[in-house]
Amino acid sequence: MYRYDEFDHQLVRERVKQFRGQVARRLSGEITEDEFKPLRLMNGVYLQLHAYMLRIAVPYGTLSSRQLRKLAELARKYDRGYGHFTTRQNLQLNWPALKDMPNLIEELATVEMHCIQTSGNCIRNVTSDHYAGAAEGEVEDPRIICEIIRQWSTFHPEFSYLPRKFKIAVSATEHDRAAIRVHDIGIRVLKNGLGETGYEVWIGGGLGRTPIIGKKVGDFIRREDLLSYLEAALRVYNMSGRRDNMYKSRIKILVHEIGEAEMKRRVEAEFEEIRKEGRLQLPDEEVERIRRYFAAPAFETLPDQSAELDAEMAKDEDFAHWVRQNTVKHKTPGYAIVNISLKPIGGTPGDISSEQMEAVADLAEKYAFSELRAAHEQNLTFAHVRKQDLRAVYDGLSAAGLATPNIGLISDQIACPGLDYCALANARSIPLAQEISERFADLKLQHDIGRLHINISGCINACGHHHVGHIGILGVDKKGIENYQITLGGAADEIASVGDIIGPGFTDDKIVDAIETIVMTYLDIRQEGEIFLDTYRRVGLQPFKDKLYATH
Amino acid sequence: MAQHMRKGARVQALTANRLQDGIVVYLTPDNRWSEKMQDADVADGKEEAAALLARGQAFLGSKDVVDVYLFEVEGDEHGGIRAMSVREAIRQAGPTVRPDLGKQAEGKV
Repeated sequence: MYRYDEFDHQLVRERVKQFRGQVARRLSGEITEDEFKPLRLMNGVYLQLHAYMLRIAVPYGTLSSRQLRKLAELARKYDRGYGHFTTRQNLQLNWPALKDMPNLIEELATVEMHCIQTSGNCIRNVTSDHYAGAAEGEVEDPRIICEIIRQWSTFHPEFSYLPRKFKIAVSATEHDRAAIRVHDIGIRVLKNGLGETGYEVWIGGGLGRTPIIGKKVGDFIRREDLLSYLEAALRVYNMSGRRDNMYKSRIKILVHEIGEAEMKRRVEAEFEEIRKEGRLQLPDEEVERIRRYFAAPAFETLPDQSAELDAEMAKDEDFAHWVRQNTVKHKTPGYAIVNISLKPIGGTPGDISSEQMEAVADLAEKYAFSELRAAHEQNLTFAHVRKQDLRAVYDGLSAAGLATPNIGLISDQIACPGLDYCALANARSIPLAQEISERFADLKLQHDIGRLHINISGCINACGHHHVGHIGILGVDKKGIENYQITLGGAADEIASVGDIIGPGFTDDKIVDAIETIVMTYLDIRQEGEIFLDTYRRVGLQPFKDKLYATH
Repeated sequence: MAQHMRKGARVQALTANRLQDGIVVYLTPDNRWSEKMQDADVADGKEEAAALLARGQAFLGSKDVVDVYLFEVEGDEHGGIRAMSVREAIRQAGPTVRPDLGKQAEGKV
């Protein structure tokens, strides 16, 4: 993985020193909260319901064992012994004190981590496919371009005060696991007819109050031109994006208002201007230098089938279940991709204790080249594990309470922190996710239901990606009482769609029954081979509506 | 934080977060900030609420607290007060999904 060079080190060290001074001045009363707030936000420090929250950037979701161990230590030392993985592949600490922040981020810097650009109206952490480098059919490791974008966008003076925050995601396979069509900019790495690598660029996607699927504005941007193209797109947005109304300030609104064709024209015109100057051409040597950081580990030559694994699976049904549900085919024979569910039945989606972080770090070190990924679905992934080691990995994960075999099933829900933690939330998300997973705890039933993504947000900002859940749940505040609206038919992959609102919402004591009614209706009417989303796309809202709002 | 205040509210208390650690605090009758809601001063009616808010806002320039605002309360069965909204009830106790954390775990309810 990428290692800091002298510039990265210096930049992070200087930022720590600067923030230490700012915190000291605030605590001594030398500067006011109005003066301090933008400064703390630039360092990922939010004020939530019960305490401060620190959002730690995990660039494109990749972490080393060493980094995860440090996060475990910091969570124990400065927090309450746990962290929360978010839908942007970052990690949040829920209870650190402001007075401790300078030491906390100084310690983070020792493992090449920081909280820069995890808040504010700038280019945020670039997210990617959690199977990067391991997925079948991948054009190249998407993290190469993620890292280049990270370096280009860090402290970029022109893009430090955009109209609003800006999120970029990159995918390098046809099947999109990075949700690129619901990002401000989504990039797909692909090859043209001549076998050259380039980029398809989607602009103006997003969730929140106004969910919109992005538009394909660039069909094939050549590698050397990508940064110029991104700069052109960001410049058009920076000049023309609305600053008068924060609800209309994202790039998706601009694209929606001026239209796809006009956006394309403006970006291309700006791109031509930049290209004429020729200053932002990405040199091959630099790409190669970055590429070397993401070189595949030294895979052994192995037969794809492992007799040891087959024997273990035959012997132990629980293990076999886990292998089938939580591991995925790797591009290299004899290896597997292992998903670690952070969704135990009745647990908090995305939460992980310090002890669990340490267990995962140890297992990664032993069996996964000391590296792991955070997935935007709030799970973790070991990208490269020998099939013959799966048993040992499973045993280690089981001992740490991390072997729930539910990846992609109904209990593998995305949920934002909601009103249990978040100052913006209108309703709780976590208790709902817990109740749903308990209601559908029976694994046999979960398997029968098949792949089904339930996404829950506690407010319209949609951190829980409810619009693109097969079933989405949005918590709203109805005169001080929590109320939940349901959408059906959303998807975040290459056939992205925004879910349809089914009808009036439900109170917290009725919502889980409503979800059960929807799932049971699907089980009644599905056809052979269909998952929930297929059935929904075939029949639409009506059959679900009829059942849900039937008067008896 | 004004969006958390309800217009028609009658009985209100005043809350904020402590600057140095973000912990939820309440303004007491003798102008201290207490971690316990039961220690909070209570304002009945518009005029008292305005006076309570003014006392709290006087702290805004200081290094004690941030995000000062009024919230609606009602009497409880033990002669104390209880927050009317789910949000303030959670702020006062801690995450409902982690009864081992927050004021609910520290005997500060």
